[in-house]
Formats: sequence, structure tokens, C-alpha cells
Amino acid sequence: MTTRNLRAKGALAALALGLMSTTALAGDVRIMWYSDGVEGEVIQDLLNRFMEANPGINVILDNVAYKVVQEQLPIQLEAGEGPDIARVTNLKLLASHWLDLTPHLADPEYFNTNFGAYADWMREDGSSAINGFMTQLTLTGGFANQTLFEQAGVEMPGEGATWDDWVNAAAAVQASQGTAAAFAIDRSGHRISGPNVSYGANYIGADGKPAPVDAGTKEFAQKLVQWVADGKMLKDTWVAASGSTYRAAADDFVNAQIPFYYSGSWQIAQLSSKIGDAFDWVATGSPCGTAGCSGLAGGAGLVAVKYTQNAAEVAKVMEFLAQEDVVREFSERTLFLPAHKGVVEKGGLVWQTEDKNVGPALDVFIAASTQIAPNAASLPSWTWATVYYGALANRISQAMAGEMSLDDAFARIDTDVAEAVAAAGGN
Amino acid sequence: MPRVSEIAGAVVTAPLAWAAQAIDPALRFWQRLTGQGGMAAFFLLPNMTVFGLFVILPLIFNFAYSMTSGTALFLADREFVGLAQFQRLLDCSDFTDPATCQEDQFLIAVRNTALFVVLQVTLLIVTATITALILNRELRGRSFWRAVFFFPVLLSPVVVGLIWRWILQRDGLLNAGMAGVGLEPINWLIERNWAFAAAIGVTIWAHLGFYTLILLAGLQAIPKDLYEAAEMDGTRPGRVFWRITLPLLMPNLLVVIVLALIRAVQVFDEAFVLTGGGPGTATLFLTQYIYEVGFASLLKNPGLAAAASILMGGVLVVLTLLQLAIGKRNEKRAKLK
Repeated sequence: MTTRNLRAKGALAALALGLMSTTALAGDVRIMWYSDGVEGEVIQDLLNRFMEANPGINVILDNVAYKVVQEQLPIQLEAGEGPDIARVTNLKLLASHWLDLTPHLADPEYFNTNFGAYADWMREDGSSAINGFMTQLTLTGGFANQTLFEQAGVEMPGEGATWDDWVNAAAAVQASQGTAAAFAIDRSGHRISGPNVSYGANYIGADGKPAPVDAGTKEFAQKLVQWVADGKMLKDTWVAASGSTYRAAADDFVNAQIPFYYSGSWQIAQLSSKIGDAFDWVATGSPCGTAGCSGLAGGAGLVAVKYTQNAAEVAKVMEFLAQEDVVREFSERTLFLPAHKGVVEKGGLVWQTEDKNVGPALDVFIAASTQIAPNAASLPSWTWATVYYGALANRISQAMAGEMSLDDAFARIDTDVAEAVAAAGGN
Repeated sequence: MPRVSEIAGAVVTAPLAWAAQAIDPALRFWQRLTGQGGMAAFFLLPNMTVFGLFVILPLIFNFAYSMTSGTALFLADREFVGLAQFQRLLDCSDFTDPATCQEDQFLIAVRNTALFVVLQVTLLIVTATITALILNRELRGRSFWRAVFFFPVLLSPVVVGLIWRWILQRDGLLNAGMAGVGLEPINWLIERNWAFAAAIGVTIWAHLGFYTLILLAGLQAIPKDLYEAAEMDGTRPGRVFWRITLPLLMPNLLVVIVLALIRAVQVFDEAFVLTGGGPGTATLFLTQYIYEVGFASLLKNPGLAAAASILMGGVLVVLTLLQLAIGKRNEKRAKLK
């Protein structure tokens, strides 16, 4: 072999090594993942097990903030980039970017049978694609600080109690215990949509496009604004920010600053770990309005991204994570409600916690899931839901801050939604 | 015998020397062909390429986006709408009342930003001048105090926002202290005027050191003999300040004012972390409006955000030209002296 040949081969080898270090290897599967509680550790554990069984597939878990999934993932997807798999809540609006896993799955029927009820939440209208599965179901609902209620000598409202009943009872606790407010709701249009529906709201028009703000939404929005003015609803979540910025009030509940907190089932793990044995707390379900006692279902889905170069490997990862025993373990360890039909039907989940508050709380949410009103049930699979939620949060908080009247806020919500729909090409 | 450091130096510089030798003939040929101007262009090329790629090109794209609508990312997929986005931003029947505007929050953001610029820059300049005058005196531990005032400049704006949020929030450090001495706590970030004042105060705290440093350099450049002469004449301290210090500090002061104006128009990170634009829209500033509309909102509209950023860019261009004019005037004066 000549010296020249040797040099050329050496250069080629160096080039190959360089390329290997900068590009994804065939067999790499990158997952964009956010966590509300301990699920990041649990999924990593499960993935390690998967990689041991499948040495040819390297799964990289990118743990990111929820904001990254909300703000950066859509831009990556629009550019035809992004991870191979993502854990997403904004499933419907991004549906055009998900991969149809059907041709890559060994048993597509397994997905249809066990996750089919929620498949429309993530796929394009009219499609029968299998894009992924829900890692957990969530349901909005309330939590009460039982210790504060007991200390105040105020009886907690029972089944069928209305929003007014709950707020008045919490206000009595506020007066007695000197808490910052009686209650708080996360700053999010999604969070007030269950209560809106409980007062008869319907966001979806006859043509499937957004309907103007109706009497149901107006009634609950009026109550919210009044409760803020009365000092019953914590200002720090809704009034303190502008735009459609999301703000949770979980820390205020954890710090016993509010006796009643309306959020959702995904908070259970966090409340358990942060509150510990500082006080007793209970889940209350959704208070009732004039038309029902509905929460809003939702959840996070694990979806395959259609720009992946490794569709076969992605499908293998999804098949593993969707297995009944894996879903069961994930739910038991994360304290999330499962979306797997088989797991739900068999029941008997053993929640892995020593916190006595957790099991009953999860049971309350499971029971409340039977009370979801039809107008709320259709929202997760409705394309324009997030647009509507954004406008609600933006404008109602302006009314709470005294910047505009509620009537003006309602008019602005209609305009904002119409403009957003037009901008998205929905006319 | 060569030292280790010399050997290490030779090893590090050898590849550079080889590279320089390798391109030397090509460079000589280029110089013969184009003269000295060509060589200047050659050496500027890497910098200009980076500048063009990361500043000029995005600017051109931004103009293009501002004339399109839709939610698509690629220009080819977006609908050309001409100046419609600008029209939408400026569509007001009464500019004193945001409620009459199609994009009411844009006008609110403009008004908030204008008020913020006037108040923050005025207070910042006055505070920076006073601080510089104090730090220019013969103080014990002067270097320490200078470092203390400059320290916040080194902090990340997000850290600044978080620190002050922790201090000013309802159950924060300040309210804990006030409650400790029997005062009624104030919800600093929820009351409109307090939140606005907090945004001003925190940004002043964060940037004061930088402007103080420039003014301090200006103060130290003033000849000492002028002060000695004034002292011998028995001139009052106030008169010394107005007749000697201020006129001679004016070139630095003008630069500081324009820089502070530019920065104030761009206010975002500290204020966003501190107040999130609230309460309501009380601290919604122009940059946050653009960020919300373009990226963060559930009602994204990149074309509208691009148009708003161009309008804001127009203001910044005027201020930058002002800064350049002041710089040139100072340069001319220095030459005349």
C-alpha cells in the first residue's frame, strides 16, 4: 500500500468519525418530554428497560420545561424538524405534524382497542391514523385544605354543592384563618372551561367553528370577576399576568394560602410530594353550575413526529410504552389516571404512595369523570379549543384588573377568536 | 535550552503559521489585483458574513413576514397581504383610547413603553449622575463601592427579575419585613402603580452600574486644575457643579441618555419575569407584546408580530442615528481642542 493511499484512507476515516459525532445514528430515538411530577424519572426507568431488551435502539430522553413544548416545539415542527416522539398536551392543533404509525406497528388493532376512545384528540379531522397514545388522562377539579376547614369549624360542602357554595364556605375559612384568599383557579382558559360548561356554555358552533361567547360563559366569568373584586379569588394568578400566560396556583395551596384550589388531577403527585404531612387535603370534584357539575377532560399524549428518520424504531418504542403492564406501572408510579382501556377495565391499580390523601383523591377524579358534560367532552378533540382558551384568559383577566368592562371583554374574545381562526386559514 | 512555555507556544502557533504561509501567495495575488481596498474587504469578509447572516438576513425576512398573514412558518406558504398588518396595528379611531383600536393591546404596550422610557431614563440618569459624583470623591473603600454598584450589571436579567420577584411578591421578603415592624403588607406586583414602579426600580437597579461607570470615566477626565481654580475663587459647590462639572460631563451624559433610551425602549426580560406584563396589562411593554403575539400566545400571529417589531425598530433607528450624531459631534469637538 502506498503512502498516498494510506493518507487518503486516514483522511476518509477521520471524516467518517467526524460525521458520526455530529449526526444522529440510525437507531436513535429522541423524545421531548416534560414533567408535572415524577413521571420523568419513571419514563427514564422504563426506557432503560426497553434499551436493555433492544440494544440496537438508543432512546434519548430530553427533559424540558412545559413552556418549551408549548412554544418551541410548534416552531420546530413547522420547520419540519423536532424530536422523534413528543409528550404534548396541545395535540389537536399540531395534528398535521404527527406520524401515522399504523404501517409500522405489529398490532395496530391493539392501539385502536385500548386507546381508540381518545385517538381523535390527536389526529386530523376525518383521519383514522394512529399517531400515538395518551400517557395519562386528566380531569379538572378542585382540592380543599381539610385541615384549614376543620380549624375554621366550617363544614365542607358535600356532593352537588354549587360554585357559590364552595366559594362561600372557603370565604368563611379565609375570614377565620386569615388566608390570602378563599380560593384560586389556575390562570388558563382551559381551567375555567369545565365550570363554564357547568353553567351551560357551548364554544362550538353548528358549523364546527367557534361560537360567540354565550350566556353560560358570561355567567361564570361574571362570578369570577366579582369574586376577584370581593377579595375571595386570589389575584396573584389571574390578575398578575397579561396575555395568555399560564400561571398555576398550586404553590399557594401547598403553602396553605388558600383553602380551596381548582386545578386538575395531574396536580395530585405534586401536592402529595410538596405537602407531605403538613396538612390533610381532599379532592372535591367539580362544583356544580346551573347545567351540571362538569370538569374538563384532557391529558398528555405521546405522539410520533412525522419528520422522524427512524419510524420503525419509533414504533417499537411506542409499542413498548403502550403495553398494558407498562401503562399500569407508569400510572401506579406517577399517580396519573390511565387512558388504557384494558387497564381501566381490570382496575385494581396499586397507587405507589404512602400518602393517605392520594388514593381517595384519585378515586374522586375517577368518579367525576362520569359527570363530564357533552359540551366539555367534545372540547379536547376540537381544533379551535386552544384558541378559545387563550382569548378567555387574556380578556377575562383584563376585566378582573378593571381595564375593561366584561361586556367589552366578551366582544374582544369574539373578535380575537375570529381573527385567530381567519389567520390560521379557517375563515 | 528552550523553555516548556516556548515549546508549547511554538506547537500552538505552528498550525497558524502553516495556514498563513499556505494562503500567502493567494493573498499577494489578491492584493496585486485589488489594491489595499481589496485587502480590507477580504479581512472584513468573515465579520460581514456573520453580520449579514444573523442581522441583515433576518431583518429582510422580518420585513417579508410583516407583509404576510397566516400561521405557516415558511414564507412560501404565507399569504401576501401588503401593509394590512401595519394597518391593523394602527387602526384606531381615537389614539388616546385603546378600546377604539383593533389591536388595543398594541396601543397599551406603546403607551406603557413611552411612559416607562420617560420615567425610567430620567430617574436612571439622575441616579447614575449622583452615584458617579459620590464615587468620584475620595471615599474610604472607593473601589469596593464601585464594584458594589457595578455588580448587578453582571447578573442575568432573568436572575434579576427572579430575585426581585422573590422580594416583592405578596409573601415576599419585603412584606415579611414590613409585617415584622407592624406595617400593613402591600401587594406590590398586583397594584397597578406599584407594579409599574417596581418595573422601573428594578431595571434601574440592574443597569445603574453600567451608566455610572461611563459617567465616572467622564468625571475623571475633567482637569483637576479647574476645580482648584474654582476653590481658590471661593466658588460655591452648586455653582461648581452647574458651571464646570455638568458642561464638561455633557458629552458623556448625552451618550448615556441615548443608550439608556435605546435600552428602555427594548425593556423586556427583567420586567417580564417580574410582573409578566400584569396586573392586567399595566406593565405590558412593546417587546413583550411582540413576543406574546409572535411566539407565546395561543393566538399566534407572526406577521403581526413582525410588523410591530418593524415599528419599534423605526424608533430604535432614530435613537441610534441620534447617538451616532452625538458621537460625531463629540469627536469633532475633541479634535478642535
